[in-house]
Amino acid sequence: MKHIDAYRNGDLARGLAATIAAEAKPERQYNFMEFCGGHTHALARYGIVDLLPANVRMVHGPGCPVCVLPIGRIDMAIALALEHTAIVCTYGDVLRVPASAGLSMQKAKARGADIRMVYSPADVLQIARNNPSREVVFLAIGFETTTPPTALVIQQAQRENLPNFSVLCCHVLTPSAIGHILTSPEVAEWGTLPLDGFVGPAHVSIIIGSAPYEPFATQFNKPVVISGFEPLDVMQSILMLVRQVNTGRAEVENQFTRVVTREGNRAAQAVCEQVFELRDSFEWRGLGEVAHSALQIRPAYAAWDAEKKFTLPYLRVPDHKQCDCGAILRGVKRPTDCKLFATVCTPDNPMGSCMVSSEGSCAAHYTYGRFRDIPLVTHP
Amino acid sequence: MNTTAKASYQRPLDFKRGRIDMNHGAGGRQAAQLIEELFVQALDNPYLRQGNDGALLDIPAGHRLVMATDAHVISPLFFPGGDIGSLSVHGTLNDVAMLGARPLYLSASFVLEEGFALADLQRIVASMAHASREAGVPVVTGDTKVVERGKGDGVYISTTGIGVVPLDCHISGANAKPGDVVLLSGSIGEHGMAVLSQRESLAFGTTLVSDSAALHTLVAAMLAAAPNGAVRTLRDPTRGGLATTLNEITRQSAVGMHLQEDAIAVLPQVAGACELLGLDPLYIANEGKLVAVVDAPHAASVLAAMQAHPLGHAASQIGVVTADPHHFVQMSTRFGGRRVVDWLSGEPLPRIC
Repeated sequence: MKHIDAYRNGDLARGLAATIAAEAKPERQYNFMEFCGGHTHALARYGIVDLLPANVRMVHGPGCPVCVLPIGRIDMAIALALEHTAIVCTYGDVLRVPASAGLSMQKAKARGADIRMVYSPADVLQIARNNPSREVVFLAIGFETTTPPTALVIQQAQRENLPNFSVLCCHVLTPSAIGHILTSPEVAEWGTLPLDGFVGPAHVSIIIGSAPYEPFATQFNKPVVISGFEPLDVMQSILMLVRQVNTGRAEVENQFTRVVTREGNRAAQAVCEQVFELRDSFEWRGLGEVAHSALQIRPAYAAWDAEKKFTLPYLRVPDHKQCDCGAILRGVKRPTDCKLFATVCTPDNPMGSCMVSSEGSCAAHYTYGRFRDIPLVTHP
Repeated sequence: MNTTAKASYQRPLDFKRGRIDMNHGAGGRQAAQLIEELFVQALDNPYLRQGNDGALLDIPAGHRLVMATDAHVISPLFFPGGDIGSLSVHGTLNDVAMLGARPLYLSASFVLEEGFALADLQRIVASMAHASREAGVPVVTGDTKVVERGKGDGVYISTTGIGVVPLDCHISGANAKPGDVVLLSGSIGEHGMAVLSQRESLAFGTTLVSDSAALHTLVAAMLAAAPNGAVRTLRDPTRGGLATTLNEITRQSAVGMHLQEDAIAVLPQVAGACELLGLDPLYIANEGKLVAVVDAPHAASVLAAMQAHPLGHAASQIGVVTADPHHFVQMSTRFGGRRVVDWLSGEPLPRIC
């Protein structure tokens, strides 16, 4: 914890805040999108928003793998458990994502589905070994961070020729989502916010490196600072972005040098390349169909691909009509602009993607920051 | 049950290799044997020895009764710093103590799963007996049922506690008033993380042990340190952690709270494990800590009394009660920013990345 405490030093934070305030030019507005939910969470949990000057606005992006998982994919997992009586395993916070017919994986479990929370895909492999008479499916979700472990277990299943194990692959790609926000056809529908730069993903960049973000700097003229998740990391990254904007630069800078390199983890990339290929298109909850934004299992591993093994049609299920998640994920609207926010849509009863995971922008604002919307009582 | 008749022609229970079977819950000879050879022996006291279905209890004059009941369902059954047996004693005693009462008696009912090892049950009952003796509160009556294999989780224990409180002592979650001080008896999250560290799917190495403990002597010391009415609210932050407990109090009392993050102690092992799993120590369970709302003039003397007690040596003032129509629990972070400390939504689940 000594290492972590070093990145949570209050005095250093106040010093950084003072530097940001001194260097942010009062005559201009700075809009920075933090892509990752981890950054959103750090900003809210440590009250960093209060330390930033009013003209530095943080816009929450779509970087929460739970938030962006569309309803139709959860429906597929529930169908595998309820109709195909498979043991379906996934990571913890996926269990609460609302699905069709008032269900979630947690609610399906209460109806008799054999749904299990795991901490690692390797645990799913063991469940498959322990239950040879049952089909065991791993609902694999996440950005580039969680993709290599999924690839490894698929290869392991092939080596063992494990017949009752398969993966429902829902891995998505970060750079595609950022590109989509800047160029998507929905910009005309939702409008777009003049973003001045990105706080780039932390853990994702450990795997893919900082190089994939270079087109955003060169083609879109947007500064990107790859940032760690600790609160001081995020504040330092904001300062680096302010400095790039002030000097008219648009570069990929790496604040998270203690783990991220330009090239990333080559071994992890190689494993993913062996097992996965690009999907033509994938639906993101709140963003719609995004071309080349997700992975599917290569034909060589088809025996472990749940989509091929079972008859699993994908049905698109729209979000609530009044849900503004699409605009919120693009930074065009704030959570409080949505009619559903904190009325029918709350963390206990999430309607849209931004409220689903604790790292979604609406959930973060509801959980940590909603006192800002109403007169604050500070003293007895 | 009959504790005097010697079952001369009955083989004693095999605590090494024996297992619970349906007969142990059928109310016949084997059920009586289990009660006599295990429960009565371990928990021995005059009330149990009477062998009645209930217990006739003495209550001191000038007091009111306090009763609390708790069902204990925990996986794993054994964890560093305790097990379901000691936990079922501490949890219920603490619920009684949080009304300012002196706990006097406990009851315990066991739901056992067919096939459960007698050795494990013996270990659990011994731990329960130890906790009850240490607290000075006997288990005076009980019950045992057996469910078929697959219909239970080894063992479930329900305990009920009865205590007494003087007629002029009024402690309640509804008593907090703006201007009061919020005290916490020590660091948070140890129980929840100790249990989590033993889960089959997660098992991680840690030196962490549960804080499970009976708090009634700490409560007595606190009440003795201030005049009646000064201690307004007592609550043990168990499931849902400190955050949920404070939200319960603000709602019940129709007030708000303002906390200081750097006054809330978290052991490095707890902070490290929480960091790894993406959990917040504010929402992790405790079994040996209490929160007190005390009127401001007496807060220092109550805090000193807590710090003088072994179970409150790390006590601190963590915040104040505010007049807030929204009943928010707010917190000034270490960074000088602010956040809401909200209710727990669902159960805390580890995040993905």
